[in-house]
Amino acid sequence: MIRSLPNSPIYKYTFRLYIALFYIFLVMPLVVISVLAFNDSNFIALPWEGFSLDWFFADTDDRLGLFADEDLLLSIWTSIETAFVVAFMSSIVGTIAALLFEEEKFRFKGLLYFLALSPLVIPGVILGISILISSTTAGTFLDNKLGIDLEWLAPGFWLVVIGQFSFCSTYVMLLVGARLKKFDRTLEEAALSLRATRLEAIRLVTIPFLKPAIISAFVVAFLISFSNFNTTIFLVGSDPTLPIDLYSRIKFSSTPVLNAVSFMIVLFISLIAVINIVMSRKK
Amino acid sequence: MKKSKYVFYVLLVPVLLWLITLIVLPHIELFLSSFRFETDEGEKIISLANYMAFFSDEIYWRTFLNTAVYSISITFLAFLVTFPVAFYISKVVAKKYSSFLTLLLLIPIWIGELVTIYGWMILLGDNGVINNFLISIGLIDTPIEMLYTDFSMTIGLLYMSMLFMIVPIVSTLESLDDSLIEAASDLGASKWTIFTKIIIPHSMPGITSGGIIVFMLVIGDYVAPNLLGGKSSLWFTEQIYNKFLATFNWNEGAAFGFLLLILSSAIIWLALRASGQKLERVGS
Repeated sequence: MIRSLPNSPIYKYTFRLYIALFYIFLVMPLVVISVLAFNDSNFIALPWEGFSLDWFFADTDDRLGLFADEDLLLSIWTSIETAFVVAFMSSIVGTIAALLFEEEKFRFKGLLYFLALSPLVIPGVILGISILISSTTAGTFLDNKLGIDLEWLAPGFWLVVIGQFSFCSTYVMLLVGARLKKFDRTLEEAALSLRATRLEAIRLVTIPFLKPAIISAFVVAFLISFSNFNTTIFLVGSDPTLPIDLYSRIKFSSTPVLNAVSFMIVLFISLIAVINIVMSRKK
Repeated sequence: MKKSKYVFYVLLVPVLLWLITLIVLPHIELFLSSFRFETDEGEKIISLANYMAFFSDEIYWRTFLNTAVYSISITFLAFLVTFPVAFYISKVVAKKYSSFLTLLLLIPIWIGELVTIYGWMILLGDNGVINNFLISIGLIDTPIEMLYTDFSMTIGLLYMSMLFMIVPIVSTLESLDDSLIEAASDLGASKWTIFTKIIIPHSMPGITSGGIIVFMLVIGDYVAPNLLGGKSSLWFTEQIYNKFLATFNWNEGAAFGFLLLILSSAIIWLALRASGQKLERVGS
């Protein structure tokens, strides 16, 4: 049954077969997209018409490759910018939240922690619409009553950032908090008894200890933001992020350039995974 | 340890700003606007009309119930499909491979739903890879209709959510001491007894957290039902999207959103109650 116990061959091989089938199920869509990105055809699916790099580089009337498609490149760039800002902001606030909930005692801490975790169980759609409605209400109120027109309260880049930030901070808080639980408090106390102020102790002792967790939380927040659809769709303005652009293309005008973009994403993520393996081997 | 008060406020203020302006106030506003209604004369009133619209039109509440039942079923299906894999990774395969197998599970998660769902569209279409394969080996003559059915929608929802089930189960199983299983086996317990009396009870916290995350992702999903589902496979989130992005009836959309929030919270609360767990555990 487990490593140390003997098993009948039938049990062992059925189990292995199941696992193999599971992993085939897992990688099948990714393999298919990647292979068909190089298909010399105008249709997204089979038949295979031969190898071609057209859907990456072509710039002809009937074929617009990824690197020639300016709209697509623009939406990729928008996504990168958004993800970068979101990851940056949520790394800061998420780390602060982890410090607050791990190191401080105060009234209503339980309630506040519950609120900080709530994005885990609130569907992304709901977060999207509630932020859309309230920012519109706030925008109209400011405009009518005070004559202030705040552009970032209307759907667009900053509203997307705000919406994604609202739940990415939770993930950062959990990742950094998990590492903070392993932190030896006496280190901070030593710094304090050596006359560091509390803020200096946090900056010079605690934060360096948390650095690996903060970096990986930054990467996680970046990736979550980069692939988010459910919340973003309500908050997006005239410049779509990549998932929004992909969605409307799949829905209305799919060409194999979608396979090419998808292949690039698969490649990029696999690369991060490989780097991750190499890094953990070194440790 | 002596703690200066001002550091506490330096930590508290950003967190309060985040939670109050982006979590609490937006949901209060969602709740309030679900009662706002504009009459035919253009008069803005407070009423239950938005909720009445939901209960009086059969298609809405049927979709609502359908989505709830479907989401619960997919959560169970995800458990059945992934539990053997989690068990294999944590208890069966040689230790040096287990981190590699876990990493492989994370790749589709990070690639994102849109790309993987698009992959399934190519696989399942009439002209897709699976149909082509089945025809070429002579098993079928004409393509089987798989895309735009409940079947393809189920595959998509399962695929995009099930991996969130494995990771928490693997981590609870890793904390299960092998010697407990060995002892039970030495004392003559059958595999089934070991499974139901030791393994399942021990991994219950992981199953609950995984189940809650899967359920939440499935019930709130839009991409898989919309891109893979057929005309008859309606998902409640699609109704909300339509209210906001097609008919621009935001107040009714807010009411629908609020109902979805109540539904998912209620089911998650029941799951937590039934398994005696706290929300704090779900996060870890």
